[in-house]
Formats: sequence, C-alpha cells, structure tokens
Amino acid sequence: MSKNLNRRDFIKTTTATTAGVATIASGITLTTFVNANESPVTDEKRWGMLIDTNKLTEADIDEMVNACQEEQGWGGETHSTGDQKPRWIKKLKVQDKTTKKITSLPLMCQHCEKPPCVDVCPTNASMKREDGIVLVDRHLCIGCRYCMMACPYDARSFAHETITDQKEHMPRGKGTVEACTMCVHRVDKGESPACAEAVDSDAVIFGDLYDANSKINQTLKKIQSSQIRADLNLNTGVRYSGI
Amino acid sequence: MSAIRYLQTEGRSFGFYALVAGLGVLILAALGGVYYMEHNGHWVSGMSNRIVWGMPHVFALFLIVAASGALNVASISSVFNKKAYKPLSRLSGLVALALLAGGLTVLVLDLGRPDRLIIAMTSYNFKSIFAWNIILYNGFFVIVAVYLWMMFERRMNKFSHKAGLAAFTWRLILTTGTGSIFGFLVSRQAYDAVIMAPMFVIMSFAFGLAFFVLVLMASYKWTERQLGDAIVDRLSNLLGVFVAAVIYFVAVYHLGNLYLAENTGVENFILFDGGIYTQLFWYGQIILGGLIPMALIYHPATKGNRSMLGLASVLIIIGGIIQLYVIIIGGQAYPMEMFPGKEILEGYGGIAQYTPSLPETVLGVSGIAVAVIAITFAVKLLPFLPESLADTNHKDCK
Repeated sequence: MSKNLNRRDFIKTTTATTAGVATIASGITLTTFVNANESPVTDEKRWGMLIDTNKLTEADIDEMVNACQEEQGWGGETHSTGDQKPRWIKKLKVQDKTTKKITSLPLMCQHCEKPPCVDVCPTNASMKREDGIVLVDRHLCIGCRYCMMACPYDARSFAHETITDQKEHMPRGKGTVEACTMCVHRVDKGESPACAEAVDSDAVIFGDLYDANSKINQTLKKIQSSQIRADLNLNTGVRYSGI
Repeated sequence: MSAIRYLQTEGRSFGFYALVAGLGVLILAALGGVYYMEHNGHWVSGMSNRIVWGMPHVFALFLIVAASGALNVASISSVFNKKAYKPLSRLSGLVALALLAGGLTVLVLDLGRPDRLIIAMTSYNFKSIFAWNIILYNGFFVIVAVYLWMMFERRMNKFSHKAGLAAFTWRLILTTGTGSIFGFLVSRQAYDAVIMAPMFVIMSFAFGLAFFVLVLMASYKWTERQLGDAIVDRLSNLLGVFVAAVIYFVAVYHLGNLYLAENTGVENFILFDGGIYTQLFWYGQIILGGLIPMALIYHPATKGNRSMLGLASVLIIIGGIIQLYVIIIGGQAYPMEMFPGKEILEGYGGIAQYTPSLPETVLGVSGIAVAVIAITFAVKLLPFLPESLADTNHKDCK
C-alpha cells in the first residue's frame, strides 16, 4: 500500500486484526492493532445472510437477539426507556393482511449494496466496506441521526446514555449511532456472526454471496427468496425466505 | 426620491435592556438545558430511536427556512428593482442572517456530539444533502454579508444589484436543499416527495416575511420612528399571497400523496385519524396559521390595521412552527411501510410516542431568542434602519 493508512482506511481494508491494550501510564492506555492478515478487503466477496423464516422458531430468534447482545455488549442500558433502548437486532411478527399467515423474523441492518444511510451521512461516518458490510465510524459520527431517518429498516440506534462495560472489539459511545456490524470482528477472523452461530439448524446461512461454491450462494439459486423493501432497489446483503 | 438616511437605534431605553435581559435569560436557560442533555445523554429528552428528530429540529428548521425568506424583501428591491423596498434591504439582510444563526445554533447544540462540529466542517460526503446544506448555510452567511457590505458602502452600491441576484439565487438553492433533506428520504411515506423542495421555498417566503414584518413594526414603534402605510400595506399584501401559496402547495402535496395507495396510511394519519397530529394540522397549520391570517390581511374590517397585521404575522409564525412539527414529528411517528401487504404485529410499528421535554423545547425556542437578540444589537451598532419610513419619503416610487 503506497500511502500511509489512517484509522478509517485501516478499519475498512484490514481483513483481520487483533487488538491489544497496554497501560502505559495511569489513566492512559495505548491500543495497538496487530494484523493477522495484511491483504485488504476487496469487492470480490460480498458477505450476506439468508434467513429461512419457515425453519426458524421464535425461540431461535430470541437466541439470535441474545447472542447479539452478548457479543456486542448492548442491552444493559439503565436509563433509556421504550424506543430509546438500542436494538441492533429485533424480533418482528408480521401477518399477511389477506391470508392472515403470521411470520416471525429477525430484523437487523440489511447491509445494502446501496445503503441510504451512507448516502445521507454528512461526515462519511456511515460507510460500506468493499465486502458489503455497512458500519458506523464512531470517531466521525457527530450524532445528527440523519442515517436513522434514512434507513428503511429501523435498523439503527442512537446511544442515548453513557455506555459502560463495552466490549473491547466493539467501542460504543454516547451521542453516536450504532447498528449491526455483521460481527465484522468475527468475520475478519473467518468466523460467522454471533446471531448465525446461535441457531443450530440451517435456518440462518452466512457466507459469501458471490462465491458459487458457498452454501448461501447455492441455496439462493435453488429456493425462492426475497429482500425487504426490494422496491427500493438497495440490493440487501440479508435475504429472507418464507416471507 | 430623497436619499435615505439610516440611523442606529439608541439602545439605551429601559425597554431595550428589558428585551435583552429577557432574551438573555432564555438563552442561558437553553444552554443549561443543552448541558443537561449532553451530560446525561439524550435519554433525558423526549426523543428516541423512532422520533430521532424532535423539538429542536422543528425550531431549527423553521428558523433556517424563515431566514432565506426574510431576504426576500431585499431581493425584491435589488433583483426585481422595486424601489419602494430599497430602504428595507439592509434590515432584510440582517434578519436573514440572524434567523439563520439562531436556527443553526439550535441544530448544532442538539447533535449527539456537538464537540465534533469540526468534523462536519472538514469531512464531507458530497452525496449527502446534509453536507450540501452545511455548505449552503455557510455560503449564505458569506454572500449576504458581502451583499450587506455593498449596500452599506457607498462606493460599492453599484454592485449591490449583482450581489442581490447572487444572494437571491443562493437562497433559492438553500431552501431547495432544506426541503430536500426530507424530500429525498425514500424510506418514509410522509416524505419521499420532490414537491417538498418547492414547498419549503414558498414556506420560507411566508415565514420569513412574517418575521420581517414583526421586526420592522416593532423596531419602528419602539424607537418612535415613522413607518408609513404605503410600505406596510405592500408587505401585508405580499404576506397574504405567500400564505395562500403555502396552502396551495400543502394541498397539492397531500392530494398527490393520497393518490398513491402506498401513502394512504400516512395521509389518513395526518389528515383524519392521527389524534394530536390531525388536530395540529387542521386547527394549527391550516386554520390558525393560514386561513385566519389571510382573513386578517384581506378582510375589509381588519385590512390596513397594524395590530391585525402584527397578529396575522404572529399566527403565521406559530402556524409555521406547527407545520414543521406535523412534517417532522408526525412524519416520523407514523411507522415505515416495511412489509407492503402485511401488518406488523410485534417488534415494530404502531404510532411512535413523543413527549417533548422541557430542555429540548427551551433549546428550540431559544433559537428565536438568539435571532432577536442579534437583530437588537446589530441595529444599535450599525445603521440598518432608515430614520424614517414615512409615506412622503417614497410616494414617487412604484
């Protein structure tokens, strides 16, 4: 890489990092990142998820929500009430107006190919990695919440209070916007997102949408699937079957 | 026409100090509220993940919209060459700058991280309407300041027509940008309508002129200067036309939305069964902020009456704030149509609740105080106001 990396490029292009924190003086900590893999993220991959609501039980969805909370460290807020509470992933129950069929599904950031949140963000804090994962750079977010106005999936939360007990891999901050990261810290290590891992069956398949040999790609070729608000032509990374 | 003599206000009366003190207290209270909200986090406000923009945004956007409209009086003089408005041009530019300053102060102080304002100035996403607005607001300050300088400085007077044209063009783009903040939000049924851009432009004409009329009448009354009927009647007529135009755009916007099946839900919500939002729309926005001011301006019984024009202006401002409340809060309160053909039973949906807290409301209102206090000091420091606007001074003007 010819130019010096700034923090943002670093986050966007590094496929695997591990963080180490050292205390160098009282009250001052130095965070160092060690690259496990120097190769940058490219658009040859497109991470995605296929959720089959016919195979997913309500208990499964609750497990997914719990796993996300535990992995990313949200949900322990004490002051926020009602709609102020963060919800990076939530359980939805929808009913067809004609047939009355009820479907439960997990809803989180859909990791759009053309994310409205990224379009509207004035400071480039909302960003999309080359591999399709949509993130918020908490150092650039000024807390204007325009991305929350623009997101068609109600996927983003605003940190309404001081955050304590943060996970080392997932810094959060009062006054900034946050959402599902598709567990980018796990994906970069070759693992699956926590919510996908939490489900035993193959109701949730995570993988590279472009890879013809991947399970998600092959399944999507075989079965009927849909995108939420497909009419907006955002080409979401999260797909559903059964709704 | 004799040369216009501009004169500073004395600014030493009890009324002056009382006004400044009152506004100062309001601004201090708002700063206290900001500290409280920023220290604790936004959980102390009524805002949430569903109503992400609340009372501060209602006032901020009202003031920003009104700001560009307040410049119209100067534009009519220098762009459309109506000499009768020329003596008012300086004040028009000042009111525009003051309103914008008030609006932006509120907007910035409600950010989750106002301390990071420098990022908003240095890291631009040129695809963002918001980022464009930041450029448009800053540009407005610069252009109007230059325009004012050309009006103040005799040697530069000859350029004031061109500067006025630039400012007029810029303000049209600015309000188009402000309306587009909402108009380009495809995900929400209440927005996603390009007509919002011109609607905001025409709203700015009405709100800005109403504010200008109040400032003009108050400053001439309080400084005991003469203000002739000719100029007031012209402004009054213009105000009535602008209010009618706002109602026309609102009607087209809602009729257009009603025609689309995907938007009937939100239209029914705002127009018929949205509780507080429906009441605010009909009683506040349409009747109080539209029909009554028009009646006061045009009805023979009240036409030409200064107090009635003042009342009409106040009602237009209140109606305008209510209109932005209905657009901003009402538009968010109604849930997004995420699953067409399906009903969401759990997890999302329903009408979002919003109860504005005191600190966020005071912050919003203080934007008006910032604007008024800026005007009050500016007219004391610099000669913005003509010594007299008595009818004889411009009887020969068309």
